[in-house]
Amino acid sequence: MPLLKNNSFVADEWVHLDDETPVADQQRLTVSVERLVRDWDDLVRFPGLLGVRLTNTSREHDLTPYVPQLALIALPFPAYTDGRSYSLARQLRLDGYQSELRATGNILPDQLQFMLQVGFDTFEVPERFGLEAWQKASRQMSLAYQRGLFRKAGEREVWSERHQGFTPCRDRGP
Amino acid sequence: MACVQLGDVTRRITALHDVVPRAAVKVHDIGMRLHRNDKGEAGWEVMVGGGQGRTPMIAVTVREFLPEKELIPYLEAIMRVYNLYGRRDNKYKARIKILVHEIGAEKFRSEVEAEYARHPQQQTQVEERELSRITAYFADPKFEKLSRFNPAFEDARRGNAAFARWAKNNLATHKRDGYAIVNISLKAPGEIPGDATGEQMRVMADLAERYSHDELRVSHAQNIVLPHVKLSDVFAVWQALSEHGLGAANYGLAGDIIACPGLDYCSLATARSIPIAQAISRRFADFDREQDIGNIKINISGCINACGHHHVGHIGILGLDKAGEEYYQITLGGSSSENAAIGTILGPGFAFEDVPDVIEKILATYLKTRHAGEEFLATYRRVGAKPFKEALYAAA
Repeated sequence: MPLLKNNSFVADEWVHLDDETPVADQQRLTVSVERLVRDWDDLVRFPGLLGVRLTNTSREHDLTPYVPQLALIALPFPAYTDGRSYSLARQLRLDGYQSELRATGNILPDQLQFMLQVGFDTFEVPERFGLEAWQKASRQMSLAYQRGLFRKAGEREVWSERHQGFTPCRDRGP
Repeated sequence: MACVQLGDVTRRITALHDVVPRAAVKVHDIGMRLHRNDKGEAGWEVMVGGGQGRTPMIAVTVREFLPEKELIPYLEAIMRVYNLYGRRDNKYKARIKILVHEIGAEKFRSEVEAEYARHPQQQTQVEERELSRITAYFADPKFEKLSRFNPAFEDARRGNAAFARWAKNNLATHKRDGYAIVNISLKAPGEIPGDATGEQMRVMADLAERYSHDELRVSHAQNIVLPHVKLSDVFAVWQALSEHGLGAANYGLAGDIIACPGLDYCSLATARSIPIAQAISRRFADFDREQDIGNIKINISGCINACGHHHVGHIGILGLDKAGEEYYQITLGGSSSENAAIGTILGPGFAFEDVPDVIEKILATYLKTRHAGEEFLATYRRVGAKPFKEALYAAA
């Protein structure tokens, strides 16, 4: 599955371990949230970078004690009708999580900008879309409508732009 | 309600706000009522979990007073709780009202407040300059300074009985002296509720342009409002309306029925609504009788989806299908105003032809039972369903 980061496909350096496979000498590994809790005493001694894969029913408070130790949190979008991971991502970012936030599952190009806005930075995307579709999607809207989102420097939102003389369309005006 | 995190909540959200409770704020997913606290500051009462359709519910208040500026971040907290906790196993259950009902109002409220408290609200709060930019769109038109009393209007009322009747029912008090709110009833007896011809629409548009600061509003009750008409112009407006079949004087009365398109036009419907509305409005077309019955809301839906808002009609009529036959369930006591309530079903349903008689019996029972000056809903709340049930089912 291609990994999208900063508008390019990049190599995935993370190894995903299931709940039984013993930890070997990987540099970066992710485990399920169940395993994270169960094997914490071992995992905390793991010398590489540690990440976690959540499910769509995970709650942020399941993870809260471990967040400072994590270098990757992967959140799933099992179907386009299931947007729970948007809220989880927003909670994590608002609460100060700064490392990699990865979206996985059935991600559609139409959703890319929304995911960027709530704070995702890498995306395990389905094979059926080419890189061009993702690059196009990332440029689709030059402004975000909503305020207070996780944005990178230089990105703009409508509420502020309006007061810098920007008019989105020919406005009837008051 | 556009919001990044709402892109994928699976079901629609309906949200309404108002300063007075006429917008049925308690029967939507989220209702917001603007009011002032005892310090005179503006803020919102936020209500969540109302709805109609197959699972009618009255919203619960999660916040009595939310400062005006905090609305967006607070709504975001509500939506985040709904998104994370709402059911996804069944699309009929994937609504805020189901979540509020299942976890309870207290639990829902505390989840929302906790979510709201832990995040920095200033990030999404509306800035003062943005608020004033938006407010400018809703500035009052330039009202003239007029006297409260307009002799020409009073003379017209005295001199023309038909105008006086219409003025009594179809005018509402305006906040400025010398102006009135004109309610145009699209419910002429025997006509289709809410219908207007192209010509009538042009007439109303012209009247709005000429007499109402170019403003015309469509109401959820399937009527049209001219919000700012000078008292001195009201008679001319009425004359023009009457010439074009728009002068029905039954605003708020028995003939002012809300009805969905029903089986005649809608592929979801299980029964006809419009012919029922037409038959009832014809039955109560006599002005004196209709006036005597007074303020009453009759709402008709042609299926369980409740587009005609039958749950919150003082009299609600729900059309269903039983083995290929249309039949109609009657509920009483619903209300969409500040004392919102879901109506209670009276008993077995009735055949299509019998509905006007049923309504007639219900209203006759009301007239017999009411105290002087008591409106239908108040009488029903005082005496309950019993006398109405007896009137409808005792003989059978």
